[in-house]
Amino acid sequence: MTDLQKTPEQTATRWTPDGGRDPLAGRHGAIGTSLPRIDGPLKVRGEAQFAAEVPADRLAYAALVTSTIARGAIATLDTAAAEAAPGVVLVMTHRNAPRMAPPAVIMTDPRAAGASSLPIMQDASIHWNGEPVAVVVAETQEQADHAASLVRVTYREEPASLSFERAIAVGRHPDTVLGEPAVIETGDAETALRNAPHRIDRVYRTPRHSHSAIEPHAVTVWWEGGDLVLHDATQMLHMTRYTIAGVFGMDEERIRIHSPYVGGGFGSKGPWSHHFLAIAAAKLAGRPVRLALSRGDVFRVIGGRTTTEQRVALGARDDGTLAALVHTGTAAMTTHNNCPEQFTFPARHLYAADTIRVEQRVADIDMVANTFMRAPGESVGTFALECAIDEMAGELGLDPIEFRRRIEPETDPTSGRPFSSRQLLKAYADGAERFGWSRRAAAPGAVRDGDWLVGMGVATATYPYYRMPGGRVRITLGRDGRAVVAVAAHEMGMGTATVHTQVVADRLGLSVDRVDFQHGDTALPAFTMAGGSSQTATLAAAAHEATLALLEELLRLAGNDSPLAGLTVDEVEARDGGLGHRGSRERFESYASILGRAGREEVGAEGESPMPTETQSFSMHSYGAQFCEVRVHAVTGEIRVSRFLGSFDCGRILNPRTAASQFRGGIIMGLGLALTEETQFDERNGRIMNPSLAEYHVPVHMDVPEIDVIFTDIPDPRAPLGARGIGEIGITGVGAAVANAVHNATGRRIRELPITLDKLL
Amino acid sequence: MSINVNGNPVELPGDPRVSLLDLLRERLLLTGTKKGCNQGACGACSVLVDGERIISCLALAVQYEGRSVTTVEGLAEDGALHPLQAAFIAHDGFQCGYCTPGQLCSALGMAAEARRGLPSAVTADLEADSMPLTRDEIRERMSGNLCRCGAHNGIVDAILDACAGGGR
Repeated sequence: MTDLQKTPEQTATRWTPDGGRDPLAGRHGAIGTSLPRIDGPLKVRGEAQFAAEVPADRLAYAALVTSTIARGAIATLDTAAAEAAPGVVLVMTHRNAPRMAPPAVIMTDPRAAGASSLPIMQDASIHWNGEPVAVVVAETQEQADHAASLVRVTYREEPASLSFERAIAVGRHPDTVLGEPAVIETGDAETALRNAPHRIDRVYRTPRHSHSAIEPHAVTVWWEGGDLVLHDATQMLHMTRYTIAGVFGMDEERIRIHSPYVGGGFGSKGPWSHHFLAIAAAKLAGRPVRLALSRGDVFRVIGGRTTTEQRVALGARDDGTLAALVHTGTAAMTTHNNCPEQFTFPARHLYAADTIRVEQRVADIDMVANTFMRAPGESVGTFALECAIDEMAGELGLDPIEFRRRIEPETDPTSGRPFSSRQLLKAYADGAERFGWSRRAAAPGAVRDGDWLVGMGVATATYPYYRMPGGRVRITLGRDGRAVVAVAAHEMGMGTATVHTQVVADRLGLSVDRVDFQHGDTALPAFTMAGGSSQTATLAAAAHEATLALLEELLRLAGNDSPLAGLTVDEVEARDGGLGHRGSRERFESYASILGRAGREEVGAEGESPMPTETQSFSMHSYGAQFCEVRVHAVTGEIRVSRFLGSFDCGRILNPRTAASQFRGGIIMGLGLALTEETQFDERNGRIMNPSLAEYHVPVHMDVPEIDVIFTDIPDPRAPLGARGIGEIGITGVGAAVANAVHNATGRRIRELPITLDKLL
Repeated sequence: MSINVNGNPVELPGDPRVSLLDLLRERLLLTGTKKGCNQGACGACSVLVDGERIISCLALAVQYEGRSVTTVEGLAEDGALHPLQAAFIAHDGFQCGYCTPGQLCSALGMAAEARRGLPSAVTADLEADSMPLTRDEIRERMSGNLCRCGAHNGIVDAILDACAGGGR
């Protein structure tokens, strides 16, 4: 009998996607402890090496020249002065760039990662304001920057689609929304809405956002004959390799990408045009090239979160149940990318309503391809939905938490599937008690402290559980009793290396200091992307498979002379640096002993994340309740967030320290979304107007209160280790929690982000 | 013409356009000091010059002839982490680690400013000889150092832990 044929009861050691519970989900070992980050000492010493910091012999530096029109073609291009400037090695334009195929766009193929399918510097055409038109390579960065300023370009402009409002009018349904239908209807929601005794019907707007990772995108690249070496900042190593191989028509195996440390990603760090341009320039120059984007370049050549216009309409009965839930709207997109900003996803799964209608449209704009940014869709979708829920609670005269209790569904409202684990109401109850929600005045504008109006708001956080199939990991156990975990996973600060050191330590019955975690290199077993909060579930599943294979091999090596003789994998457990019989303390042999008798220095095994069939059987999501207190100045409209609490239900928490940091980080990015952040797009010419960290306002220390984080820590029986993803959910619901608090403080309902003080005056 | 970097004399660059940051990163290969914006907006490039914090991306290297520069690589003594570095680990005052060197150098310069009695926008008693480092004082004084991972709480806790008692 193979493992796959066994029933869950028979495979007590084994988590399976749609069956058995992971035995580690409830066990206490290294998992669940607050191990400090294992890369901490390196990072505080400044010794963690990032992509723009890798030295190379004869390294040359690149600078970009970018277009200043949104659509049309280059009319004249004069590079003579740049080429004659001191230190210049190369000026690459569409005239001399090597032939490159358009990148394969992400999600058109499981391995594709391209942000856009536009050809890169292959002809004179211009597709957005800020598109690279020349790459200047010089001996130093100063020489490259100066020479880039000498490139003279004129353009032949063509009419461009730049107005979101006009593009909405001719919008379209995307083929799919991340594999889901663009429209879902259960019943006749518009009729139910018209007939409902209580109705709200509102439009909410959210602007463009920039990820604004503090590390600007950078690559250091060189060719070794026909082989390519790339030092990159990426959250999708093997997908980037696949995409580059396609663009240059080369064998993937001849590309090696290193990315051990990434200075923040948040969705932005995949293959963009600068990858291909730097690789091409290194080929033409015949020497290593570093292309580190300027901060302005980051805004112009790397896309961010797109703008949305959303309608939420709710029809409710007197008893606080919903007759109709409608969430429709449009996101700006381009004709050459695939990121429809799935803002209707929360409404598909959160609340019970007799009828539901969701519809996503996209409006084509001539702009840099928008892309995935922390909780794409859910971040801005929860702003609209959770503000509307708050508005309806007010209409019904219900406490907003009580209203949500009355619309809590028993099964997934649109798919009908059972929830794998849903503790949203517990998250609300726990959060309400800790935050002091009972002290909230129901009537808006009722609490004043001097010149400050004080209010509280709450909103639901939600993000889907994703686990990617195919991610591989290798675990090697040495005679010295140490394990090496090797996987091309990514460490952007989420704590991946730390947490999976803990996980493998527990899987193998080792202390954490006997586990080495190798990551960030395509020479390691191929892995899926760090996206969709999927990396931990994917890695945990793959590591579980690898462990089982390793245990089988160890039992085989142990042979008949071992106390373990005759036992199967299901009958043993890893403990105390060896294997033991589950039912007997005496039957035990250490790894060192097994390997020693077998005359082996080490033994290794690989495992792969299987198909995520759990999500076909169950509705799997993480949840949370975001509580916010704001103080709004009665005269100036200045808004300060004075208190914030996030109460999360994400299954088992593997490391409370690093998990709390992920939640806090999401919440703080959510405070920016709520109050300060907007990438300003000039609809006259498609130019981004605030391409700097001085004018794009991320929250600073003074904007961030102490943020309280609690979690249910209830394992999800359908997820490996009982753990669902935690990276993205923190930002969801924050915009609405702040807006709802501002309404509670002032009586003013702001439906357009960011909530800046001018909107309150 | 030389400047002193972490106790070592260093030749100044011939090209006067070279910023102190690029001297450190590209010529001395001291890449602990980070480039986040090159516009003076993010603080990732903060270093100490004769004990005072500056943003090295807006400083021309040649301006610093004869001065002593301390970067993140110069904080640990005899291999032992500076107490503030250890506190950043203990309080999880970072995630990706890219803004961290700037936060560390800035915090040390900031604590010295408060000790010297330099007031901030939130200081109540402008006449005091020395400003106690409260959470609000730290937040205000550290607001020029951006962190996008959202480690702000841990950073403030670490600074309180390591510097509020006088620091080093």
